[in-house]
Amino acid sequence: MFSIIRTMWLTFLHMFHKRDTIQYPEEKAALPARWRGRIVLTRDPDMGERCVGCYLCAAACPVDCISLQATEDEHGRRYPAFFRINFSRCIFCGYCEEACPTYAIQLIPDFEMGEYVRQNLVYEKEDLLINSQGKYPGYNYYKVAGLAIDGKSKGEGDNELEPVDVHSLLP
Amino acid sequence: MVLFIDNKPHEVPAGKNLLEACLTLGKDIPYFCWHPAMGSVGACRQCAVKVYKDENDQKGRLVMSCMEPVVNNQRISIEDHDAKEFREHVIEWLMTNHPHDCAVCDEGGSCHLQDMTVMSGHNYRNYNYKKRTYTNQYLGPFLNHEMNRCIQCYRCVRFYKDYAGGKDLDVFASKNNVYFGRAEDGILENEFSGNLAEVCPTGVFTDKTLKQHYTRKWDLTMAPSICQHCSVGCNTIAGERYGSLRMIANRYNGDVNGYFLCDRGRYGYEFVNAADRIRKPRIQQRETDREALLSNLSGLLNKPGVIGIGSPRASLQSNFVLKTLVGEHNFYHGVSDSEHDLAELAVKILREGTVRTPSTKEVEEADAVFILGEDITNTAPILALAVRQSVRQQPAALAEKANIPLWNDAAVKGVVQDKKGPLFIATLTTTKLDELATATYRATPECIARLGFAVAHALDNAAPAVADLSENLLVLAEQIAQALRTAKKPVIISGAGCESDAVMKAAANVAHALQKENKNTGLVYTMLECNSIGLAMMGGHRLHAAFNAVVNGHADTVIVLENDLYRHGRKSDVDAFLKACRNIIVLDHSMHATTQQAHVVIPAGTFAESDGILVNNEGRAQRFFQVYESKDMVRESWRWLLDIGTEAGNTRLSTWKNFEDITHAIATSEPLLQGIDQVTPPSQFRVAGQRIPRAPHRYSGRTSMQANINVSEPKPPEDPDSPLSYTMEGYRGMPPSSMIPFFWSPGWNSVQSVNKYQQEIGGALKGGDPGIRLLEPATTGTIKYFEGIPEAFKALEDHLLIMPMHHIFGSEELSARSPSVAQRIPKPYILLSMDDAVSMSLLENYILRFYIGRYEYSLPVKVSNAIPNGVAAVPYGLPEIPYTELPEWATTRAPKYLHTLTPTYTPKHQNT
Ligand code: SF4
Ligand code: SF4
Ligand code: SF4
Ligand code: SF4
Ligand code: FES
Repeated sequence: MFSIIRTMWLTFLHMFHKRDTIQYPEEKAALPARWRGRIVLTRDPDMGERCVGCYLCAAACPVDCISLQATEDEHGRRYPAFFRINFSRCIFCGYCEEACPTYAIQLIPDFEMGEYVRQNLVYEKEDLLINSQGKYPGYNYYKVAGLAIDGKSKGEGDNELEPVDVHSLLP
Repeated sequence: MVLFIDNKPHEVPAGKNLLEACLTLGKDIPYFCWHPAMGSVGACRQCAVKVYKDENDQKGRLVMSCMEPVVNNQRISIEDHDAKEFREHVIEWLMTNHPHDCAVCDEGGSCHLQDMTVMSGHNYRNYNYKKRTYTNQYLGPFLNHEMNRCIQCYRCVRFYKDYAGGKDLDVFASKNNVYFGRAEDGILENEFSGNLAEVCPTGVFTDKTLKQHYTRKWDLTMAPSICQHCSVGCNTIAGERYGSLRMIANRYNGDVNGYFLCDRGRYGYEFVNAADRIRKPRIQQRETDREALLSNLSGLLNKPGVIGIGSPRASLQSNFVLKTLVGEHNFYHGVSDSEHDLAELAVKILREGTVRTPSTKEVEEADAVFILGEDITNTAPILALAVRQSVRQQPAALAEKANIPLWNDAAVKGVVQDKKGPLFIATLTTTKLDELATATYRATPECIARLGFAVAHALDNAAPAVADLSENLLVLAEQIAQALRTAKKPVIISGAGCESDAVMKAAANVAHALQKENKNTGLVYTMLECNSIGLAMMGGHRLHAAFNAVVNGHADTVIVLENDLYRHGRKSDVDAFLKACRNIIVLDHSMHATTQQAHVVIPAGTFAESDGILVNNEGRAQRFFQVYESKDMVRESWRWLLDIGTEAGNTRLSTWKNFEDITHAIATSEPLLQGIDQVTPPSQFRVAGQRIPRAPHRYSGRTSMQANINVSEPKPPEDPDSPLSYTMEGYRGMPPSSMIPFFWSPGWNSVQSVNKYQQEIGGALKGGDPGIRLLEPATTGTIKYFEGIPEAFKALEDHLLIMPMHHIFGSEELSARSPSVAQRIPKPYILLSMDDAVSMSLLENYILRFYIGRYEYSLPVKVSNAIPNGVAAVPYGLPEIPYTELPEWATTRAPKYLHTLTPTYTPKHQNT
């Protein structure tokens, strides 16, 4: 008997506590920057596509919901010809982001992806690619990679020597 | 021998080095420069282990395991702290200049350098200076070059120059700057260049065709396959992704192709992805569906007068079902009559004779080789690679005498210098193997046959003698006989390439004469297509009989199986034949002149979409597995024919349901093909109740790759014909050797994981090398020598004897459709001797007009110092030069009935 009254009393007191629930969707939740929500493909500081089509995110994905096809432009820069994420399968584990060697794929604090038709949860590259560097500004994979691309020949990357002169035998 | 590894005793065979011994035992030691086929040079310093004097030695000394022979009761340590640290440091040094490229490197995921780096534990670059860079080269359509990734292991040049005889790849510059490439940009010429992609442990050389639709190894659906581009039947791995074939890689088979493939085999696959593939059935040029097709055909086939033409590039299964459908008497071989006869002759000699036909591996071990008439670099490339190794056998005795083990490559080379074992080559003109030959002989097939007969007679008096032999030839025959007689394992090679039964018979006589004294004699016949021998063993009539049957009105409906008749019969004959046919039904995967005239076209699967068995020139029956199921109406020819037969009410065919039923039927009803149902385990075979997965366990994208079409994943296709599954689910361990879809082992993602699948390094696969030999020689009976020695060749005035010239790129139908191979196909030409060119006032590239029968040909001239006078050669199988049965006499003077001439090839840019 006593315990029932105590419970009612405590419940009653809650009316005067600060509220934890918010009036979503009128009121938005404040999400931390590292919240693992919607996945995007970002761009490097030169606004080039960061993704180089290495397939590591796809391999890391435990539900295998990423598929892509790598291709390259006439100067040897690699990028995905298509890049597809089936969000109806995605578990937002963030492994893809961890696997990505170029900071291209990132999970962002946005979860508002509800759809009535499941097919609409299949996102293509057009839906994923954003015009921003996302959480990791400044990183440009091609600057540190050895591959030559348009605007960066051999030896012009960060931390690179001039290409070897094959005809020289000088010490 | 006993070897103590980290204090545990192991039994190991003698004569190996420590690295090989440890790898054979399943131990992991990182290595780079050592290659099982090329031996050790001790260049990379990666394979260090500790060796101890005895049990009491606590300190030990570091050695390179690839340079140290196994000694009985030796004590070594792989796990020793110093050894581990040493290996970690070595890889750290190798990596100081390595680019940050894995993400954009085609080697990634199957990279030996990645594997070895992880294995030795190095993970952070402590070197704070700049990275060395190199510029890359254009190396042609087959290979991509990215020199920054080189770790200076020297494997590429050792393979390309020393093993494959290439001239245009080398190492340049010095010290820390060495560069592996060509003297200048340009196409890598060697026929085996593609192997660099597998030999190089890094991403310096990678497959350029794979790059065009790049897929990581872990994302491919792979199946064990057989190369379809020559009669050697190399074992391959074919990989698919998103419905297209992505690459061909080597599938180790110790007996057939070992570690290597030729470029025709590696890059010929692109025809599978061609845009003009036949994908839907067509009746009278109009696309139709399955039901309409089957009902149409059953109407046609229920009337009498149906004949079937088989194919030397289709599987036994497809040929056999066609044979059953049309009846034994109405089944014809889709090859020229001369090819038909030569293949039958080869089968007859190898079955009824007493000489055994060796495997490629055994050719490699031969210590004397005599080649008659065949340019094997172009007709059976991997065999040529084996012959290249065979000339090292005899000089190797010097190394053995000096107590140098044969795996010690650098030391052996030092002793041997450029001494070579006996190799004799008798061909029409120069061949690439000439540089290794003890002596060469340039002649027409008649004269080559005469030389062969003379050698046989020199070996055994009972063999028929050759009349009127010139003094020079007698001396040469004696020399060859002498070399063969003293050899331990002599091998005679001949084949269908020069279209002469006399040459093949002469080769048989030589082999049989040798066999009397030396039971280890081998006799190899190369054929023109991947299943030439299989077709010959199945029996069937000549192609011309088919032509006659229709032209004479005995039949009016023909089913052509995977065959362009214009490649096997003269144009006028095929034209007349096809015109006389009321119904032409063609099953094929690619468009060609015959499909264009067909009334009914049925979309057949290529090797990648089919299961089948081929018989190679060794008489080895080998199975290729379907790599992927086609999304459209493409089916195996045999499956179509089964359905057609069932629909038409054929009682025998309607009882067969799948691959296995057909294979059983072949094994029971074709006497020469008994046992082919044992080539692979049956389709019910399971390991621990599981299928063998075609896809690696890291296969990605399964819930996404088709999500653009439908977000609900379809059920993966099931394979009714084999124990393989199309997914990554299934048994993860080692499958039976005939069904290995890909090589992988924990920690070994690259091709080097094949080590784990071998009984001993460089030896047979665990469970034996796949394939079943069907041709074994008669063990009893006496040798009957062939008689009928041809007259010596005499040149005729105003005439040229036209011979076929085979080209690795271009002479084979399917690979020639591959865009990468197409870039290497020679332009049409006619090869003339210097004297003939002078007498006709022709210079290089001038146009020679000549006439064969009613046909006029105009071809640019190439002049040769080697080809005999009165003979000319034209490339075989180029679409620009229509087929005519060669050798054939041509006249250089326009015949009288000029108005009936049909011009056949006239080059666009005439120089004269
Ligand atoms: S891991 Fe990053 S770079 Fe690689 S494919 Fe995925 S998004 Fe692109
Ligand atoms: S060679 Fe291997 S380690 Fe080097 S970049 Fe390529 S994948 Fe990475
Ligand atoms: S190119 Fe490759 S095979 Fe050649 S030395 Fe460099 S790493 Fe070795
Ligand atoms: S073409 Fe012949 S030699 Fe070349 S890979 Fe194929 S089977 Fe082997
Ligand atoms: S593998 Fe032994 S030194 Fe290179």
